[in-house]
Amino acid sequence: MRPPVIFLFLLVPLFLLAEGTTKNTCLDCHSVLDGRAQRPALLVKNDVHTASGLSCSDCHGGDRTSDDPGGSMNPAKGFIGKPARKAIPKLCARCHSNPDFMRKFRPQQRVDQYELYQTSIHGKRLASGDENVATCIDCHSVHDIRAVKDPAAPVYPLRLPETCAHCHSDRQKMAKYGIPTNQFDEYRNSVHWNALKIRGDLSAPNCASCHGNHGAKPPQVESVAAVCGNCHVLFAQLYQKSVHEPIFSAASGGGGCIVCHSNHGIRQPTTAMLDGPKAVCSQCHDPGTPGANVAAQMAKWIDGLDSALKHSESVLARADKYGMEVSEAQVRLGDGRENLVKARLALHSFEPEQMKKPIEAGMAIANETLRASQDALHEKDVRRMGLAVSVIFIGITILAIWVLIRRIESNDAYRSGANAPAPK
Amino acid sequence: MKASDTGPDTHLDQDRRSVLSWLLGGGIAASLGSFFYPVIRFMNPPHISEVAVDEVSGGKLNDLKANSGKIVKFGNKPVVLVRVSETEWKAFSAVCTHLNCTVQYQGSTRLIWCACHNGMYDLTGRVVSGPPPKPLEEYAVRVRGDEVIISRRA
Amino acid sequence: MRAKAANWLGERIDLNAVRELIEHKTVPVHSATRWYYFGGITLFLFAIQVITGILLMLYYRPTVSEAFESVRFIMTRVEFGWLIRSIHSWSANLLIFVAFVHMFSVVFTHAYRPPRELTWLTGIVLLGLMLFFGFSGYLLPWNQISYFATKVGTDVAASAPLIGPAIARFLRGGEDVGAPTLTRFFAFHVIILPLATMALIALHILLVQQNGMSTPPWLTASSVRQMRFFPNFFLRELMVWYCALAVLGALAAIFPWELGEKADSFASAPAGIRPEWYFLAQFYTLKLIPSHVWVFEGEILGILGFGLLAAFWVVLPFWGVDRAGAARARLVTGVGVLLASYLATFTVLGYVK
Repeated sequence: MRPPVIFLFLLVPLFLLAEGTTKNTCLDCHSVLDGRAQRPALLVKNDVHTASGLSCSDCHGGDRTSDDPGGSMNPAKGFIGKPARKAIPKLCARCHSNPDFMRKFRPQQRVDQYELYQTSIHGKRLASGDENVATCIDCHSVHDIRAVKDPAAPVYPLRLPETCAHCHSDRQKMAKYGIPTNQFDEYRNSVHWNALKIRGDLSAPNCASCHGNHGAKPPQVESVAAVCGNCHVLFAQLYQKSVHEPIFSAASGGGGCIVCHSNHGIRQPTTAMLDGPKAVCSQCHDPGTPGANVAAQMAKWIDGLDSALKHSESVLARADKYGMEVSEAQVRLGDGRENLVKARLALHSFEPEQMKKPIEAGMAIANETLRASQDALHEKDVRRMGLAVSVIFIGITILAIWVLIRRIESNDAYRSGANAPAPK
Repeated sequence: MKASDTGPDTHLDQDRRSVLSWLLGGGIAASLGSFFYPVIRFMNPPHISEVAVDEVSGGKLNDLKANSGKIVKFGNKPVVLVRVSETEWKAFSAVCTHLNCTVQYQGSTRLIWCACHNGMYDLTGRVVSGPPPKPLEEYAVRVRGDEVIISRRA
Repeated sequence: MRAKAANWLGERIDLNAVRELIEHKTVPVHSATRWYYFGGITLFLFAIQVITGILLMLYYRPTVSEAFESVRFIMTRVEFGWLIRSIHSWSANLLIFVAFVHMFSVVFTHAYRPPRELTWLTGIVLLGLMLFFGFSGYLLPWNQISYFATKVGTDVAASAPLIGPAIARFLRGGEDVGAPTLTRFFAFHVIILPLATMALIALHILLVQQNGMSTPPWLTASSVRQMRFFPNFFLRELMVWYCALAVLGALAAIFPWELGEKADSFASAPAGIRPEWYFLAQFYTLKLIPSHVWVFEGEILGILGFGLLAAFWVVLPFWGVDRAGAARARLVTGVGVLLASYLATFTVLGYVK
């Protein structure tokens, strides 16, 4: 009976100590308040900072251990209430720009976000007194701030475009800055969105991949090729050496890649871009001029190889359906497609000679596989011939048996043997 | 049978009978031939030795120098075999995960490289740079005698 | 010369029984004679299965890593391999169809009547063996569809009350469909089932010989004209066999049996997974039964229902023996029509849906 009581006494100071460090009177009150005052208390459960042991007073100041609202929210104890918009970046930077502090929680995380933010359009405008621009909380949310790799975070790659679009697609908000609001709509029709959202490829570019995140601003005309070249390395290399590079760079109103491919709404390139009424080349090269002729030639090459490969593929598929052995030719066809990819790449040198090699190699493969598939189809016909011959033999035999039966039974009718009584 | 029975009818009958037996015998022989010809051909082992697609030979041990690689046909897919050092071997699917081009080993950078869009993979198959969305599938390599054997990973 | 050879053989083997059979076996000639051919076609198709099956075994390898590859090897590299495998697959399906026709012809001509109850029983067991042949053979190419069909099929078995889980474990050779399942399905398909089937076929045919051909009850046996079995009936049967061969050859050459994709236990089940057509009626019925009927689980109810139905069907020769012949025949015909139309309708529905 005695020992438990003694233990209770021992536990009391421990309990008090524990309460001293984890007590959070902010939550105690705010979680039972109504409406807007309750929201933070509900959201903060999912916040990455809560998980690291931080709490309300670490941002808002005040004394979270005081049960008296006058004490807990006392400006004398550092309580700042709702931080002013203009003060937010600095508030976050207190910790996030402090390497010694961040090391305790996320030793690998960068600490230059605030510095970068100050170079961004958002940061510069905020500094000049425009409070409508994005601050930390507009992208990362507030009270339920999640890690970037958390799929529910508004800055998770799959969700980032919508987060930016929240403001940048809002015509009213953008009106006074005179910038377009169609970027997100265009982006949603692009190959990049398709790769990101439809195929779920997280490495596909979202807004931040080209514009930067904390230091977000448009890449300037001269650096567009470098931005695209981050991923499209070989294209950029060829383009940099091409005749178009100095001309496009010098041209006003856009540079490099976007002259042909546009910026936000980049579509799957087709040969219609080279030749025909919608050709981008015809912006500068009038039909009939040498430049337009070269473009037309390139389009013809690519279309020719593409359709030759597709034709081989369809004939191969037909042979395959008949159960013919064509796996070798199908592998070869893969090499052919590789040459088509290389030809499309070589196009960005804008020199026909560079394209010739992959085109010719690809055409040779297309012809070779076409022959193989035609041979396979011929073999199928041989099989059917074999079947026909066999069926003819079977037919002759059946006919002969039938005649034999007729013969035997006409004899039976004569003799009317004991085993075959005549019908009544 | 009496002699008087041997009229033109009987002659005709005998003719018919011989035609019939010829037809029947020939038909059966020919049709049996058409059944057994494929059977005999089927039993004849094919010239192309069986493709063991769970395992292929990557060639002789000394065909490949250290820090070099080559493409080996694995069933109907290419595999890139890399001799990392004298004793260490690696093999990966050589089909780039971006647009299915065939990748190659680059000794100078010690990376697997795709010539189409400059995709780079390290020697664990992971994407180092460029557009590939997924790592390369790795294959198991072992040395048997002086032969290098590539097999699918269990 | 021929007589001499027969003599020589006759001195060593007693051929009298055979000679007796050849000389005296007769087949009744009436409006339903054509149904007599179906037993013979079934037997012929089974012989084709044995021959093509043995041929396929020259190249087939019953392991998870090689099964699919070896079937592809047969289909693409072995000369006429496509033909042998396609005939084996087509003939299997035709065989089961013909066996069903044979069974229903026995029902509608009332050939199960005494003293032929044992012939009926052996026939039903043979049909069950054929279905099991189909089920086990379907898995052997180890492709995606067969893998999942086997999964579903053994799952259905597992949901049977009491013994279900044990049966499923026995069939799979473990908890799940995998390498042990392939090994044991191979053993079922090429050793156990063929031995059992051949023994039963021998018994089935022996019973047919001993009891003679059945004449439908609406005819008086003594007044029915008879045809000699040999050569008259046999030659006709031979014509039918030749026709069957031509059909098989044409099916194999024009519609080679598909190979599909290699099974991958980690892949998600392909859309529209369904069993072979001869299990479709049951499959579709199980799909229609609500998941809970009163306190019972729907699937268990369905399986119990099939079990009862099968048991009922097996003892068909013993139904209402106390009733008058005509009334009894009407009862059996009625039930037979019901069952046949159920199977036909639900197979078609299962195929269409």
